Amino acid sequence: MSNIKLTSNLNKQVLVKIIQAFDSDDFPRSTYQIPFKMRPKHSDPLYRCCIHKERAAIRERVIAGLGFSVAEDDHEKLLSQYAVDALERNELAGEVLTAIDTACKGCVPVRIHVTDMCQGCVAQSCVASCKFKAIKIENSKAVIDTDLCKNCGKCISACSYSAIARLRVPCEEVCPVKAISKNDLGVVEIDFERCISCGSCVSGCPFGAIHERSQLIDILQAIKSDTPVVAMIAPALGGQFPEPVGKLATALTRAGFTHVVEAAEGADLTILHEAEEFIERSKEGEPFMTTSCCAAYRELITKLVPELEKYVSDTPTPMHYTARIAKDRFPDCITVFVGPCVAKRKEGLQDPYVDYVMSIEEMGALFVAKHIELSECEDYEFSVPSSTEAREFAITGGVSHAVGTAAPENANITPFCIDGLDKKAIALLKSFAGKGVCNQGNLIEVMACQGGCVGGSSILNTPKSAEVKIKAYGAKGQSIRRILETV
Amino acid sequence: MKKIDVEICFGTTCFVLGGSHLQELENSLDNDLKEKINIIPQNCLGLCKNENYSQAPYVKVNGQIIDRATIEKVINKIKCEINE
Ligand code: SF4
Ligand code: SF4
Ligand code: FES
Repeated sequence: MSNIKLTSNLNKQVLVKIIQAFDSDDFPRSTYQIPFKMRPKHSDPLYRCCIHKERAAIRERVIAGLGFSVAEDDHEKLLSQYAVDALERNELAGEVLTAIDTACKGCVPVRIHVTDMCQGCVAQSCVASCKFKAIKIENSKAVIDTDLCKNCGKCISACSYSAIARLRVPCEEVCPVKAISKNDLGVVEIDFERCISCGSCVSGCPFGAIHERSQLIDILQAIKSDTPVVAMIAPALGGQFPEPVGKLATALTRAGFTHVVEAAEGADLTILHEAEEFIERSKEGEPFMTTSCCAAYRELITKLVPELEKYVSDTPTPMHYTARIAKDRFPDCITVFVGPCVAKRKEGLQDPYVDYVMSIEEMGALFVAKHIELSECEDYEFSVPSSTEAREFAITGGVSHAVGTAAPENANITPFCIDGLDKKAIALLKSFAGKGVCNQGNLIEVMACQGGCVGGSSILNTPKSAEVKIKAYGAKGQSIRRILETV
Repeated sequence: MKKIDVEICFGTTCFVLGGSHLQELENSLDNDLKEKINIIPQNCLGLCKNENYSQAPYVKVNGQIIDRATIEKVINKIKCEINE
């Protein structure tokens, strides 16, 4: 399992171009030129039928990269105008995901498909099986009238040659909450009443059609201003490059950030409070408590499983604590959370202490655009070192282990991990809430991404390799118990 | 026979643009091939500068450059080298 695909390379290259355009003498003009520079006259198309189609898809990626919604694009507005508007806006309003129409239109247009295996048999059982009269035999071959087809799949089981197949729509298949579907016009639609920002569709679409609306321009403008800008790096960042996190932090300062703080520092506070909360709750006789730091899980509760609400910890997330620490330590600063997922972007937009959120891919693009090579960076000195346990927050099991370590031994914590929020896991959680018991444990850790945050939708390193690096970094820290003694 | 040098670029640009997969190269080889090559992890090979970053990640097999490198491409190149 890996979330890193070549489709995201195109996205990252577009982001690099946007950053370079921002740094050029004429941002609007350079932005307008991006699709033409990436697919120059007479060049060969890489993925599509012609360079014009590719330019159109690149144009839409630029729109998302500038932070706008592609659904609201009228095809007439010039990219140069988008660039000007990006400089003038104050905040991102609306949803954080947007679909690239032109990319999505390349994906399976119909669901039920007659393959070459069709023998044009005499029985014509498919024709008989279809209640909607959508199948006809033409030139000794079954043909489906897509206007009439209702995707019921009856014909698939009717054919003795297994000649009819259902084509999978990858985004629909990976979404755990049925929030995404391809509409009649062949373009994907996200139902934001249901979407929990888990990012599965972002990594699942083979065309890379689902994008995050980026806040890169806002961040670049902040960096250019005189205000101090603080990068708050998620524990998952510790595993994203071959180099250690200290070099990554220095690289961020070379890219223009004034200070770098580990979100693990805030995670230490989350651990301590969550351990206390657990003890209080169990004193009151509550059967179990779930962790609260995964933003996609929290969105699931609010939107779709409110009956679980009372079991979720009230303790604020590492991102929230870290942003408060940063605002306190560096008065009047702008805070930018750097992390691996869509859900944290959503959480960041709602948290008054978090000004912007940058994905790991966007950070990578920043390094490429500014020619920053990590192996040439010296180690950064964090002003407050984080605990071993907090550093390992990004790996499934890390959060519950941390809370267990911080709680006194007689707290009797038995952790149970939900490793990836798929349909089955959601059903399981619902059953805990319904029955008011969880036999598997009394502290339920929920991670929407398989493997934990190291499996998020904007990662650069493979989760396996990231885990090894994070554990090595964790081993160099102090235990949360030591920190407890000094508080 | 002299071993074939496989230099994998783990510089920042290559890593950002998909090079992390190349860490799996060694595990994807059968023992026979493994014995015939030297895997050498490198920092930036200097090939990504200017506009060429869009061709990253880079790998060198016996000094010959592979751009947009994937595990498959690298293995094919190694096999070509062996057959020569
Ligand atoms: S997987 Fe979904 S979003 Fe991606 S191209 Fe296909 S229909 Fe569109
Ligand atoms: S982000 Fe997750 S919940 Fe939302 S549409 Fe995509 S897969 Fe579904
Ligand atoms: S980072 Fe690979 S050639 Fe520069």
